[in-house]
Amino acid sequence: MIDFGFSISKSSHIQMDNVDLKLFNKLEALNPDISTCMACGLCTATCSAGNFTDASFRKIILMLQRGKDKEALEKVKKCMMCGKCILVCSRGINTRNILLSITRIYNEEDK
Amino acid sequence: MRPTFDPFVIPFVAGMTFVLVYCIIGLIRIIFQLPKEDRRKFGRSLINPKSAWKNFKDLCSDCLFHVKIWKRKPLLGYMHSSIAFGWFMIIVIGHFETIAFSPLKDMQLPFFQKLTSNLYMPIFFRFFSEEASTLSAHIYAFLMDFFLMVIISGIVIAVVKKKKPRKVGLKRVTKFGFTEDMVRISLWTIFPIRFLAEASMANIGGGSFLTKFIGFDLLFGGHYNETLSYILWWAYSIDLAIFMTLLPFSRYMHIPAEALLILLRNAGLKTTEPRKGYAVAEIYSCPSCGLCIDVCPMSEVKENYRNTAVYFIRNIRRGRRRRDVKHKTEICLMCGKCIEVCPLGIESLDIKMAQRKKYYYKVKSNFSYLERLQDYKTTGQQAQSSPLDAHNSKILYFAGCMSHLTPKITLAMTKIFEQANENYEFIDKDGSICCGRPMMLTGKVDEAKALIEKNTEMIKNSGAKRLILSCPICYRVFKEEYNLEGIEILHHTQYINELIENEKISVDRSDKRYVYHDPCELGRAFGVYEEPRNIIDNIGLLTQGKSDKDLAVCCGGSIGSLAMTKEERDDITKNSIKDLTLNHPEEIVTACPLCLKTFARLSPIKVKDIAEIVEENLEINEELGIRN
Ligand code: SF4
Ligand code: SF4
Ligand code: SF4
Ligand code: SF4
Repeated sequence: MIDFGFSISKSSHIQMDNVDLKLFNKLEALNPDISTCMACGLCTATCSAGNFTDASFRKIILMLQRGKDKEALEKVKKCMMCGKCILVCSRGINTRNILLSITRIYNEEDK
Repeated sequence: MRPTFDPFVIPFVAGMTFVLVYCIIGLIRIIFQLPKEDRRKFGRSLINPKSAWKNFKDLCSDCLFHVKIWKRKPLLGYMHSSIAFGWFMIIVIGHFETIAFSPLKDMQLPFFQKLTSNLYMPIFFRFFSEEASTLSAHIYAFLMDFFLMVIISGIVIAVVKKKKPRKVGLKRVTKFGFTEDMVRISLWTIFPIRFLAEASMANIGGGSFLTKFIGFDLLFGGHYNETLSYILWWAYSIDLAIFMTLLPFSRYMHIPAEALLILLRNAGLKTTEPRKGYAVAEIYSCPSCGLCIDVCPMSEVKENYRNTAVYFIRNIRRGRRRRDVKHKTEICLMCGKCIEVCPLGIESLDIKMAQRKKYYYKVKSNFSYLERLQDYKTTGQQAQSSPLDAHNSKILYFAGCMSHLTPKITLAMTKIFEQANENYEFIDKDGSICCGRPMMLTGKVDEAKALIEKNTEMIKNSGAKRLILSCPICYRVFKEEYNLEGIEILHHTQYINELIENEKISVDRSDKRYVYHDPCELGRAFGVYEEPRNIIDNIGLLTQGKSDKDLAVCCGGSIGSLAMTKEERDDITKNSIKDLTLNHPEEIVTACPLCLKTFARLSPIKVKDIAEIVEENLEINEELGIRN
């Protein structure tokens, strides 16, 4: 193949039929407010950990919803629990508690 | 000759034996559950004369006279001390009276019989004794009657309290189940029945103004009815037996537990496990007085009063309902108000913290990215020594992550530093590593340590001798958990107050009306009450809210709560604002970025940090321009 110096980026298509959402459903049952997130990103903008890393609550939720648990947990681990995201969330989501629930429900070894 | 034994004493003796055995076993269990080091400390404090004297003093003032309740609610104080002290005196005087006049006194009895009869004799003395006409007998009888009267007056208040809590200054009282009701009724009836029993035969057993004149002469019309009297004595004994048998399963367990708690506390022990050792002594010491219900910000929302400390303690004590315990542990704001009013000084927050530490989280934090932040320190504003004052030793400003949400605070602080001509370094200008307290509060102590270590390293490397913080949450953890020897830690309220007092900055005074909100972590945790008030006095008029200082209401935003929903928080915030704006201030002033952010969303009037109002009213010294 001729190298044009660029290529088609890898598809980020996710086959939702293959995604096991058991844990996410459990998380959602415990924290019903999670479903009201509209991915506005205010939480990400204020995040103390996000200041130094790629941690982002918004992305964590998106990733978990799409079965990308491993990547999500990598971000969760960086959270400092400072609670700033609760203060700014436009939907009044108890983000910090959801993060705690995630560390309780998900298990990295399973992945 | 009166008899020396009657079958009616059996229920009492059985109940008494049961309660004694129960308490002794409980005591041994608690002592063995203590960590080894604590047990040694406890042993040492019992024999050390200084702490022994303190033990004695505290036992008297807390168990007998309930001095703390007197201070908060005099009527309740009277109720408690009249029953506790009265009962105590009746037991003590009763024993002396028995020693002096007991019919058993001169008898030669086998040891065991002597022991058991000494157990019941003082309790039922009037039944077994014969009226004596010596002066000392009259004095004894008078004293016994007097204290009986004191107790009964206390019980009258108790009944009123139960029926009309508002009369004694309580909005809400704790709700109880069947056992508790039984025990309460048995306790309330013990002394009235005793009075009737003694009065019914005061012509034989003797008595004084209460039993003999009011009781026998007036109530019984001077007639002695043997059957009635005998029934009353049985009732008295059975009533005592019911009380004592149920005591360990009821809140009245606080009577023996409190004494132990005082001894353990004076030995300097703290809760380490939520259901073992010291915590058990605390849990059993809670008499469910309910003083913590009205003050708890959570009980502003009606259904949530069940989350207050007293119900949490009850859940832990019963050992079941793990889900309830978890919820109550995680919803509490950790504001500390319940502890402030608790007459027993029960540190329920320590129990909650110990409980939080128990919860297991499968995914562990990973802060390895902090290692890569070597340039963290240097990204902060480098200290520039000011031309005007080069001798100033360097001070460090750590705004904390919360303050970055409220840049008005950091801007105001920078301006104040400039005007005070300080040689300062704003160490976390480009974003802070969280202080670790929020992480601590989730119970993940080890993970918090990682944050603490990184910040400690950074602060120590700076070589500064003073550290100024803008966030009370940071202030608390810096004071309690950081090892920053040789560095003075100040919150900016303390620092600004010092600047004003030393005339390093000056402010203009207006007649603007302010109200000050005490942040929990600054006020109740460290008693920083006067500095902020002093600052406001220099700037404008300080008005009063409904409650302040140690009784200030949490803003509702506390990161201490994990499980509280936004709606529940908002209710607390609105209530807190309502309390603060009672006397129509123009602005609410606080000293915490979290309080500020929380209030600002819902307050009808402006909310500002204390640094902001200082900055607004600074007398600007033109020579000292704003740097950068
Ligand atoms: S609690 Fe965690 S996710 Fe939320 S702002 Fe703080 S570090 Fe970011
Ligand atoms: S701020 Fe709230 S609504 Fe917006 S992305 Fe974050 S969690 Fe979702
Ligand atoms: S700490 Fe505050 S919120 Fe928690 S129980 Fe006590 S008073 Fe209520
Ligand atoms: S915790 Fe303290 S204030 Fe609350 S009910 Fe128990 S003794 Fe009373």
